[in-house]
Amino acid sequence: MEKKHGPAKGNSYGMVIDLDKCTGCGTCMVACAAENNLAVRPDESDKQRSITWMRLYKVTNGKDFPYTEVSYFPRPCMHCDHHTPCVSVCPATATETDPHTGIVSQIYTRCIGCRYCMAACPYHARTFNWWDGYFPKGKGIERYLSPEVSPRMRGVVEKCTFCHHRLMRAKTQAYTEDRRELEEGEYITACTEACPAQAITFGDLKNPEHKVSRLAKSPYAFRLLERLGTEPKVYYLSTKDWVRKLGDNYLPGEFKPVSTVKAG
Amino acid sequence: MDSALIPEGVKRCSPKVFFFWTLPWIALLLWGAVSAALCLLVGLNQTNMSDYFAFAVWIVVDLAIIALGAGAFFTGFLTYIIGKKELKDIINAAVIIGFICYSGAVAMLGIDIGQPIRGWFIFWHVNVHSMLAEVSFCITCYLGVLAIEYLPIILENREIKKVRTLRLAGENLHGIMAVFAATGAFLSFFHQGSLGGLFGVMYARPFDIRGGFYVWPWTFFLFILSAMAAGPSFTILCTKLTEKIARKHLVPEKAFQTLAKISGSLLCFYVVLKIIDTLVWVFGNVPRAGLSFMDFFKEGPYGVWLLVLEILVFGVVPAIILITPSARKSEGWLITGCLMNCIGIVLNRFTFTIVSLAIPVMPFDKFVSYLPTWQEWGVSVAVIGYGFLLFSLSYRYLPIFPKERELNAATK
Repeated sequence: MEKKHGPAKGNSYGMVIDLDKCTGCGTCMVACAAENNLAVRPDESDKQRSITWMRLYKVTNGKDFPYTEVSYFPRPCMHCDHHTPCVSVCPATATETDPHTGIVSQIYTRCIGCRYCMAACPYHARTFNWWDGYFPKGKGIERYLSPEVSPRMRGVVEKCTFCHHRLMRAKTQAYTEDRRELEEGEYITACTEACPAQAITFGDLKNPEHKVSRLAKSPYAFRLLERLGTEPKVYYLSTKDWVRKLGDNYLPGEFKPVSTVKAG
Repeated sequence: MDSALIPEGVKRCSPKVFFFWTLPWIALLLWGAVSAALCLLVGLNQTNMSDYFAFAVWIVVDLAIIALGAGAFFTGFLTYIIGKKELKDIINAAVIIGFICYSGAVAMLGIDIGQPIRGWFIFWHVNVHSMLAEVSFCITCYLGVLAIEYLPIILENREIKKVRTLRLAGENLHGIMAVFAATGAFLSFFHQGSLGGLFGVMYARPFDIRGGFYVWPWTFFLFILSAMAAGPSFTILCTKLTEKIARKHLVPEKAFQTLAKISGSLLCFYVVLKIIDTLVWVFGNVPRAGLSFMDFFKEGPYGVWLLVLEILVFGVVPAIILITPSARKSEGWLITGCLMNCIGIVLNRFTFTIVSLAIPVMPFDKFVSYLPTWQEWGVSVAVIGYGFLLFSLSYRYLPIFPKERELNAATK
């Protein structure tokens, strides 16, 4: 069922990732890379310098077999809302938070490659182009490149844009149909679309009718490093206390399991 | 061979000896040139920087030499604005050291950014909220001021002075130097501070986050103060080194003592504030982020020892040495105090750059290590080579120490 978008004051696009559903298959990463023309390297083993907009972190509860439990944190850009850490520091205004969508953009042709934004981001959501973009020749990869996303040059920073070009596409479609507003599901990111477990939900956090805004209010919902005050627009869901505890730093005794909170 | 260029009445080594003296510094410069060319042509993949270490050894060297070069603005301020006449005997050296440090830093930054051709975007598309934009504006302007301050010293060269227009230009520039000293002090105040602010505003990095006054985090003021404390010490060190190598007195002891006393007093003030700042951070900012102080040092080679070394060993100790009149009057202690002061500030800049980036913030993130490549070292040591070369050339051909003749005549 599709619903009308929120009021004219603007949207706040966000994502809820259900970690209980995530199997860690990595489809989101692949879909993201294909959708956004992410360059590869002949040798991709140096993960500290490879380009990934969506990164998967594997976490365990630290217990021995048979009590071991595993979960995965898919980590796109958090599109922080409050005084966006990377945006406020960029000296050349090469990254901005769009007040109408909440999306944190990156202007590749303006980025000077100082990497201050990367230092300011605690999520490691930003990657630098240490090499020139490389797409293996003669393997047909060039035919899969998206004309909607500009490839990046060496020496600039890039990051997840919540597939901003899909928003543009959806808006264009809406205008041709004489609509001012998008409907739920009309604009979703590539990772949301590709996730085989449907662990990712995308939509307008400001619109109470959108599924994301309801999910984000779940008692099991949390955000990464929430107490730093970055106000991420990516929420995670997990019924497991040990997973939720890994979402932030807590001093001994500070973390309150959901059951305790409910009882309290 | 070059005796016509050497200032009147002073003795310099033979051109041959001078040539051999410059060779190691030229070698360092060549190493740097090859490294810089590789980084500019092939890309920053020539370094060991990564997405974790977005800032690395170059930024440490940049921050360190900018702080150490603060002797130029602060000595200028003391000489021309406060009116400390005895510092006129050392101001030229301070200006040249400042020029070397700042021009070296700007050159390094040009290699450090991924798209050097777009460097001017900082001015064109400026984000006024960015501390880095403020740093860039002030450093660029201040480098211009330093060049203007350096110019009359160059115009005092014996051969250049023979050209009437140039001599008059130099003398007139000397006459209005107070204006540039004031401008330099203003600009330096802001960029030294912004360099500290650079880290203090990274509120999502608990290792860096600090409270502050209005838009300026406490690190803003601490960086200004520490640069003002260490800059004069570095000027003393460089001048003392020149004296040792040249085997003669160049600056009257009074100038050294005045600078050392001011450096020591400021260092005392700084160390007290730094200790307060550290305590407020440890018991305020850190627990608010859900961390305990020791959480920062769970992995990797860094530990509390680094802070102890920076604040107590290389902060409190040199402060005591430099404010104790009997200690700073002994040359050995003076040099030790100044050296320790400078090491302390380098450690501070290292901690804010490397250690803060090395510490993971997300609970499930891992510590990763970093060691610079020979290209990174090459660019870093090239600044040292450049510094020695430019200072040696200035010392040889320009009358940078006004009391040199007088002091050495007295010795004889």
